Amino acid sequence: MLYLSAITIALLSIVFFALSRNKAIASAGGSLAQLHSRPAYHGTYSLLWTLIVGFVLLLGVGIGWAELQQANLMAQIANALPDAPRIAHQLVLNDARAIADGRVASTTGPLREEIALLYASGESTRIWTTAFLAIAGAGAAGFLTLRKIDIHWRARNRSERMIAIILLGCAVVAILTTVGIVLALVGTTLDFFANIGWNVHKFLFGIHWSPLSGVSQGQLDPDRVGAIPLFAGTFMITIIAMLVAVPVGLFAAIYLSDFASNRTRAWAKPLLEVLAGVPTVVYGFFAAITVAPFVRDTGASLGLATSSSSALAAGMVMGIMIIPFISSLSDDVINSVPQSLRDGSYGLGATKAETIRQVVLPAALPGIVSAVLLGISRAVGETMIVVMAAGQGANLTWNPLEAVTTVTVQIVMLYTGDTDLQTASGPVFALGFTLFCVTLVLNFIALRIVRRYREMYD
Amino acid sequence: MVDMTELSKMHGSEAAASRMKKRHLAELRLKAYGMIAIFLAGAALVTLLSSVFSNARFALTETYITTEVFLDPAEIDPQGTNDPEVIGQASYNRIIRDLFREMFPTVTSRSERRELNDLYSNGSVFELRDTVLANPDLVGQTLDFRFIASDVTDLYLKGDFGTLDVIETDAPITLSFLGDGVVSITADRDIFTTELALVRRDLARLAERRLEEASRQEAGVVEFTRRANAATDAEVRDQNLALAEQRAAARDALEAEAADLIRRSNDPNGFEPVLESNPSGFLQVNGGWLKLTAVGTNTAEARTIIPMTEEIAQPATYQYLINETPPAARPISDNKIVWIEWLQEQGKVDSVFNWRFFTAADSRDPELAGVWGAAVGSFWTLLVTFSLAFPVGVLAAIYLEEFAPKNWFTDLIEVNINNLAAVPSIVFGLLGLSVFITFFGLPRSAPIAGGVTLALMTLPTIIIAARASIKAVPPSIRDAALGLGASRLQTSFHHVLPLAMPGILTGTIIGMAQALGETAPLILIGMVAFIVDVPTGITDPATVLPVQVFRWSDFPERAFEARTAAAIVVLLAFLILMNAIAVFLRKRFERRW
Repeated sequence: MLYLSAITIALLSIVFFALSRNKAIASAGGSLAQLHSRPAYHGTYSLLWTLIVGFVLLLGVGIGWAELQQANLMAQIANALPDAPRIAHQLVLNDARAIADGRVASTTGPLREEIALLYASGESTRIWTTAFLAIAGAGAAGFLTLRKIDIHWRARNRSERMIAIILLGCAVVAILTTVGIVLALVGTTLDFFANIGWNVHKFLFGIHWSPLSGVSQGQLDPDRVGAIPLFAGTFMITIIAMLVAVPVGLFAAIYLSDFASNRTRAWAKPLLEVLAGVPTVVYGFFAAITVAPFVRDTGASLGLATSSSSALAAGMVMGIMIIPFISSLSDDVINSVPQSLRDGSYGLGATKAETIRQVVLPAALPGIVSAVLLGISRAVGETMIVVMAAGQGANLTWNPLEAVTTVTVQIVMLYTGDTDLQTASGPVFALGFTLFCVTLVLNFIALRIVRRYREMYD
Repeated sequence: MVDMTELSKMHGSEAAASRMKKRHLAELRLKAYGMIAIFLAGAALVTLLSSVFSNARFALTETYITTEVFLDPAEIDPQGTNDPEVIGQASYNRIIRDLFREMFPTVTSRSERRELNDLYSNGSVFELRDTVLANPDLVGQTLDFRFIASDVTDLYLKGDFGTLDVIETDAPITLSFLGDGVVSITADRDIFTTELALVRRDLARLAERRLEEASRQEAGVVEFTRRANAATDAEVRDQNLALAEQRAAARDALEAEAADLIRRSNDPNGFEPVLESNPSGFLQVNGGWLKLTAVGTNTAEARTIIPMTEEIAQPATYQYLINETPPAARPISDNKIVWIEWLQEQGKVDSVFNWRFFTAADSRDPELAGVWGAAVGSFWTLLVTFSLAFPVGVLAAIYLEEFAPKNWFTDLIEVNINNLAAVPSIVFGLLGLSVFITFFGLPRSAPIAGGVTLALMTLPTIIIAARASIKAVPPSIRDAALGLGASRLQTSFHHVLPLAMPGILTGTIIGMAQALGETAPLILIGMVAFIVDVPTGITDPATVLPVQVFRWSDFPERAFEARTAAAIVVLLAFLILMNAIAVFLRKRFERRW
C-alpha cells in the first residue's frame, strides 16, 4: 500500500509538472519571451514541491507512527506481563506481528492474539492515514505552486535554489554516514561498558577472551572480555601481511616507474590491478584451500608443529591482497617526484639506482609512508581472509605457526554463531568501535601526510 | 683550473673501474628485485586462479544413473483416483529404494542397504515425483528415468577418490567356492604379489609407528626411574617404580608387536588379511565382482560383492584391479565402488554438463546446489545499491566540484568522503545492522537492507571518480555556457555532466564491481541464511554470490569444495564482464582535451 502511494505521488508530480508547464505557456499568451522563466522551470518547481512534500509526509508520518504504535503495544504488553524482561515483551510483539501477517509464530496464546488484533487494526489505520496524508499533502503542494504561476513568477531562480539544496543534501550524506557510524557504534559500546561495570581497562588490557561464557542474565563477566589476544592476533597477521606486501609492492612500483619499458608496463600494471579486483572471499578460499595446507605440510616436513589455520598462511595471503594497494599508491607518489630532481641527480653522474635510492625515495618517502599506513589500515579491517583461514579461538602467542584470532573474526563469529544476539552485540560493537577508531587514526594520519606532500610539489 | 689529465687518470684507474662496476651491479640488483617483485605478484595471481579453476573442474559435469522404473499404481495411486494430491504424497523414496535393491539383490544387511541409498541423490525423489505429477498418465507404466547420482558417486567417477588400476596378468586362476559368497583363488603364477607388497608396506609403516610409541614409553621408563632414584621418600619411590614398570611393560608389548609386524612385512611368502587401511584389490570374473580380503603370493581369499552369472571354477578371462587409496582414507566404501563400476559397465551411468549448477538455488545436498539464487540475490542487491549510490554520488560530486564554496564545511565533507573510502567494510555492516535493521526495521537478509548498506560503502568511490571526471572537463566549456547566459545549474547539467558521463559511469561500474565482491557487511546484516528460493524482489530473503561462496566453503562435504570454486568462477566472470564494460566505455567515449 505504501509502495502504491509512493508511485501515486511520483505520478502526481509528473501531472503537476505538465499542468504548471501548460499554465505557464497559457499565461504567456503566445509570446513565451514574456515569461520570466521558461515553462519547464515552472513545471520543475511544481514537480519538486509535490515530490518533496509527498515523500517527507510518507516517510515521516509512516515511520513516526510505526514507532509510536510499537511503543504503545509494548506498554500494553508490559502491563499484561509486568514481571517478564523487556526481551520477552519484544518476543510477544514479534509473535503478534507474525500472527497478524499470517506467518508462523513461535508460540500462540490469548495475549498474542489480542495484541495481534490491536496491531492489525492499528496497522491498517496507520497505512491508510499515512497514504491519504501523503497524497493529499503532495496534491496540495502541487496545487499551491500551480496557483502562483504568472509571467513574473521567478520559477527558475526558485527551482534552481531548491536543486542546489538537494545537491548539498547529497554531499552531506557523507557526513551523515560518519555520524551514523559513530552513533551506532558508540551507543552499544557504552551499554557494553556499563554492562561490565565500566571496567574499560579489562576490555582493553585483559588477556582472557571468551565473552559469551559466564553470561548470567545478560550480565557479562568483565574478566572474560579481555581483547588483548585479539589485538595481538590482528597485530601479528598485519605484520606478516606487511612483510609480504611492502617489499614486493615497493620494488614493483620502483621497477614499473623507473626501469620498465612501456611494453612491460602495459601488462604488469593490469596484472596488479587484477590482483586488486579479486574479491576478498576468493582470497579467503585460496588461503583456506591452498596456502594453509601448504604451510602446514611444509611446517610438518620441517618438524615444526604447525596449525592448519596458522597466522602465517592468513597473513601471507593478506599480504598478496595488499600488494597492488601499496604498489599503485607508491607508483603514484614516485611518479609525482618532479623530473627535475632526477635530472639533477643524473647530471651529477649518479646511476639510476643511486638516483632512486638517494633522491627519489627520500623525496617520495612521506607518500610511501602514507601508502603503508593505508595498507595497514586495510589489513587491520580485512575480514574474509581471516574468517576463512585464521583461527577462531583466542590464543595469545608470538608463534606465527599457531592459530590466532583477530578482531574482525570475532565480530563475525559472535554474530553468525549459535549466540544470543542481544548479549553478543555488546562485545561486537565494542570491537567494531575499536576497529573504527584505529583505522580512522591511521587513515587520518595517512591522508594528512599525502595532502602535505602534494602541496610540497604542486 | 683542474688538470684534465689528472681527472681522467682518476676516472680511468683500476679502482675507479671496479667502483663503477660495483655501482652498475647495484643498479642491476635493484632492477632484479623489481622484476622478482613483479614475478612474485604474477605467480601469486596464477597460483590463485589455478587453484580455483582446478577445484572448479569437478563441478563442470554432473552424473546421472539411468534405469527403468515401474511406477506401480498400487504404490502411487492405489485407489486410481488420479488426484494430484494423492499422487504427490506417494512415497517415491520407497519406489527408488526398492528399485536399487532389486538391482543388487545380494545386499541384505542394514548398513549395506544404507550405503546403497547413498548412490543416488535425494533430489531424484523429488524429480520423479514432479515428473509423475506433470504427467499422471505415467502411473502404471515403466519408464527410463534419469536419477541424479549422489555427490560421492559423482566425485568417484571424476576420479577424486583414487582410480581402479588394472594389473596386467594372464596367469590362469582356479576358483573354489567356499559358500556364503566367500571365494578362494589360486593362480598358476605369483600374481597377487602387487597387493601383498602394498599390504606389507603398510605393515612396515605400522611397525615404525609402534616403535616410535615404544621409544616414548622408554623415555617414560627412564624418567620415572630417575625420579625413583632421586626420591628420598619411600612412598614416592615405590610410586615411581611402579609407574616405570608399567611403562616398561607397555614398551615391551609395543616392541613385541612391532617385531611381529616387521617379521610379517619382511616375509615375501606370507598370507595377510587386507584391512580397511590397506589399498583395495578387486577381481572381476564371470560377470561378478570380488573384493580381496586376504592375499598371499599366488593365493587369495575374496568376498563377493556382485554375484557371478555363472560359477565357473577355471574362468578363461578375468581382470585384477587395485585402488591405491585405502577405504579408510576415502568417504566411499569398496561396495559402493563396485556398484558404481557395475552400473557403469551396464551403461546406466552418464555424465552431462552441469546446467543444474547455473539454474538451481542453494541446497544442503552438493549435487543439487546451484548459484542461480545467489546470482539473482546479487542482482537485486546491486540494483538497490546502484539506484541509491549513483544519483546521490553524482549529485554530491557536482556540488563539490561546481557549487561548493571554499569553507570549513566543504572541507569537512571532503575529509569525511576520503575517510569513508578507507573505513573497513565490516564497520559498514555494523552500521547497516544497527541503523537499517534495528532502527528503521528493514527486513533482515533482504536485498534492500544489503543494497542500502553497500550503497553507503560505494558512495565514496563513486563521488571520487565522478569528481575526477568532472574536474577533467575544461573550464572553456563552462565559460562558453555561462557566456551565453546559462545559469550555473544549466551549465553543470546541460554541458559539464554529459561530457563527464563516460568517466562517471566507468567509476560507477568499478564501484559496483567492488560491491558485488563484498561479503563481510552482508554477513552481518544476515544475508548468510540458508535460502532455497530464488528471490523475486528486494524484500525477499536472499543471499549473494560472495556470501554463497563463504557458506559453501564452510561445509564439510568434499563436493562443496568444487561447488565453491565453481561459484567463484561465476563471480569472477561477472567481475570481468563489468570491468570489460568499464574499459570499453573508457576507450570508446573518453575524450582528452
